[in-house]
Amino acid sequence: MDKQKGRGRFAFFCVAPAVLLFLLFMIVPTVQVFWYSLFKWGGYSAEGKTFVGLQNFQKLLTDARFLKSFQNTVLLIVLVTIVTLAFALVFAGILTREKIRGQTFFRVIFYIPNILSVVVIAAIFNAIYDPNQGLLNSILGLFDSLKEDPVLWLGDRRTVVYSIAGAMVWQAIGYYMVMYMAGMAAVPESLYESAALEGSGRVHQFIHITIPLIWTNIRTTLTFFIISSINLSFLFVRAMTNGGPDGASEVFLSYMYQQAYTNSSYGYGMAIGVVVFVFSFALSAVVNAVTRREPLEY
Amino acid sequence: MKKRKPAGAQTLFRVLIAVALLAFAVTILVPVGWAFLASVKKNSEFYGNPWALPEGFYFQNFIDAFEKANMGAYFLNSVIVTALGLALLLAVALPAAYVLARYRFRGRRVLNVAFMAGLFINVNYIVVPIFLMLVGGNELVGDAVFTNNRFVVALIYAATALPFTIYLLSGYFATLPRDFEEAAYVDGSGYFRTMAQVILPMAKPSIITVILFNFLAFWNEYIISMTLLTDDAVKTLPVGLMNLMKAQNAAAEYGQMYAGLVIVMLPTLILYILVQKKLTQGMTVGGIKG
Repeated sequence: MDKQKGRGRFAFFCVAPAVLLFLLFMIVPTVQVFWYSLFKWGGYSAEGKTFVGLQNFQKLLTDARFLKSFQNTVLLIVLVTIVTLAFALVFAGILTREKIRGQTFFRVIFYIPNILSVVVIAAIFNAIYDPNQGLLNSILGLFDSLKEDPVLWLGDRRTVVYSIAGAMVWQAIGYYMVMYMAGMAAVPESLYESAALEGSGRVHQFIHITIPLIWTNIRTTLTFFIISSINLSFLFVRAMTNGGPDGASEVFLSYMYQQAYTNSSYGYGMAIGVVVFVFSFALSAVVNAVTRREPLEY
Repeated sequence: MKKRKPAGAQTLFRVLIAVALLAFAVTILVPVGWAFLASVKKNSEFYGNPWALPEGFYFQNFIDAFEKANMGAYFLNSVIVTALGLALLLAVALPAAYVLARYRFRGRRVLNVAFMAGLFINVNYIVVPIFLMLVGGNELVGDAVFTNNRFVVALIYAATALPFTIYLLSGYFATLPRDFEEAAYVDGSGYFRTMAQVILPMAKPSIITVILFNFLAFWNEYIISMTLLTDDAVKTLPVGLMNLMKAQNAAAEYGQMYAGLVIVMLPTLILYILVQKKLTQGMTVGGIKG
């Protein structure tokens, strides 16, 4: 009996600090995002806070800059997911299936962008995209007469989102490649052997054996892609363009941060947060439902 | 008989693969290497061909970054916040993960589900409410103690890393057989001693994984730090690098900026190289088998 009590007390003191921290800095702020979104609130003090119901959300529908950020976010999610997925799958397939010298070397190198701070990547890509002394334009300059009319990668409204997508793909490929490699390593060799006996080529094997067998793996990463694209696009935009030129590269969370923190429109900013929250969950659910297949046994 | 493709196509395929792999390796190695070279270039060398090698080893960039641009102080701040954050995280997450994985009590399921849900809450969403909470705290005590406070930021880092860390650790603890604890209790060891001296040493590989992942996350983090540490005395390295990027645009201080970039990225690269070696050597878990 006494022993049982001591056991309970021990368990309580082990869990309590974690629960307290988690409540204070994760749960409470999350609830506040939803609650504050119903207020018009400028300035730090609670006095300037008035309840406006869903007015903030109504205003969002006609906010051209918000719609632009919506558009950019969706574009980045789609673009980054498709390009990264393709490269990561192919590289993972090559590194697990083909006998290539220096496999470890490639795996180690490809993962490097993932350990760098987004600020570091932003600085590196600023050097790459610089219109005058940039690495990219100097390479393009070798081929044609771009020298007179350099591409303003981050300074042009039409190219800026694609330039950011480039940096995001560069950062993500290694990470997803490693994830897929783990899945592919579990596919039994015998399947490939019997396929080869029946004359199936490497590409055919990749499409008809590898991809179906790691499908669960791919599905999980699709959710990752959606959530991390929303988050990372904020980090990249904040460090590379700060939403510019003239709001052309604004994404969901950068616009939220700008409204809430820089502009001190807390209620409005939090309403954006709520929309992003709901959007990311809805999109993940839809993607999850659409990609559902009977899991293959092997 | 195995059907074989003609040797020509076979070779072509292998060449294509090698080219693709090399091309991507180059797009990673060249810009990163270029940044290292740029960090020892004089400012005047940044006009003209970007591919030119540095004329000499201009170390003054690093001295300028450390002293003029304050990166020395920021480096210390980053070390403090990262180390404190990791210490707090381990102190809080290890016992919690252990108990959540191995004790049965009321509310255990709810807690596990709550921490799992926490995996989906990203700090970017909640940074503004956290900021407002701290400002509110300042007003309550009538002094700005909660903002620009490195300890508070370390605490927030630890809190936001909890779901992932608990998920990872309790996943490991759950796989351990009960024999360990039963043997320890028979020997008269208490609950705390059993956890600290029997179970935790076995979890070393998982703990190292947790430290590595969160070291990278805390060291590289900049949104919370940018929002909550705005005084020059407490800023961290990534925020300092962002200042240098702005200064580079305004005052064309190129060399200093790349020196700052190298200062931020070098610790993570060194760690990565060390760990890579350790990983390939293979870490095996001790303990009873079967």
